[in-house]
Amino acid sequence: MESVTVAVGEIAIRLQSVDAGYCDLVRKRYGNFVCDHRDPAAQIKVECVPEDAYRVDSDADLEVKRQSSQWILSRGDFRATWDSGTGLGSVRQVRSPYATDSLLRVLHSLLLAQEGGFLLHASSLIMEGDAYVFSGVSGSGKTTLVRLAPRGAVLLTDEISYVRKVGSRYFAYGTPFAGELDRNGDNVSAPIRAVYLIGHGPGNTVTHLHAGTAVSNLMRNVLFFAVEDQLVQSVFASVCDFALTVPVRRLEFVPNETVWEVIE
Amino acid sequence: MNDPYIARNTRLGTCTLAGEAIIVTPSDSRIYNLNPVATCIWEAADGQSRLTQIVDGRVCAEFDIDRDTALNDALRFVDDFCAKGLLVKAESPFDPGSVAKPFLESSNG
Repeated sequence: MESVTVAVGEIAIRLQSVDAGYCDLVRKRYGNFVCDHRDPAAQIKVECVPEDAYRVDSDADLEVKRQSSQWILSRGDFRATWDSGTGLGSVRQVRSPYATDSLLRVLHSLLLAQEGGFLLHASSLIMEGDAYVFSGVSGSGKTTLVRLAPRGAVLLTDEISYVRKVGSRYFAYGTPFAGELDRNGDNVSAPIRAVYLIGHGPGNTVTHLHAGTAVSNLMRNVLFFAVEDQLVQSVFASVCDFALTVPVRRLEFVPNETVWEVIE
Repeated sequence: MNDPYIARNTRLGTCTLAGEAIIVTPSDSRIYNLNPVATCIWEAADGQSRLTQIVDGRVCAEFDIDRDTALNDALRFVDDFCAKGLLVKAESPFDPGSVAKPFLESSNG
């Protein structure tokens, strides 16, 4: 059996399969996030099945349920189980990067919740050693802001930001979870300088937000895959702590490079 | 039940930032932001105090508000939040943990 380990935010997930073609596909898809981490947080045995074995619909609704320490994840193109106690799991899926991408996003959201972090619908960049996070719904300008970034900015992601607490500070990490740009972020991290809740407007304006307002808005953009009391409460506690630690601002902007003049 | 004992549903996520409580419901991640007076009632809702005790001892003591207005507003707040499953009320003191129901049940009930 071959294995490939993919680490995002320093949390490693090992995928094991007898299908060498699948392992090659994973190596190619996750490129700079493939590593030889010796102590992965999750180990998943992957069984690839023919496409006609599943109703192949990667846009079908993802379902995530918990039974004790066992998580059950399913979508049109895969079905997986993962035990959060042992870290072991398995998946039956078509040989597609979309199924693996979805599986990894869910597992990371669960693993991060245990670590005081969360996944956020947001683009993020590093400039001069600090990370800047731009959060918003589809069409709000996440990818646009990345495209307009000054030279030298390092892309972490244009779609899903990886936020994790290290010591007393929150860091943003690069992710392979891409949006319109369709390319992996750099596999690096930096302390978060500020979060901007973005939207298009008639001019470039920045408004500082009260912590309560910040929490409400951030929670709308956090990725939740499961309706589960403990999980939601844990992420909520992290978001509250985050809003007390990191400045959260509202940014209205016009889509040209002048927007970067108001970003502090 | 005009003067109930009230308690927060323990299945919710809640925190207070800068004097204002924020509540999240696990079923749909819906967020509620409370004003300072509602926050005062929310924080005191431990199943061991009657609503009038909370209004007299906390709300009227901490805010410049007359008792009748405070009590009427508090009753409306409690009715609304009980209907949403965010608060639980009873005629006698109770342990909130012993009556906490899954939020989906209480909010649909």
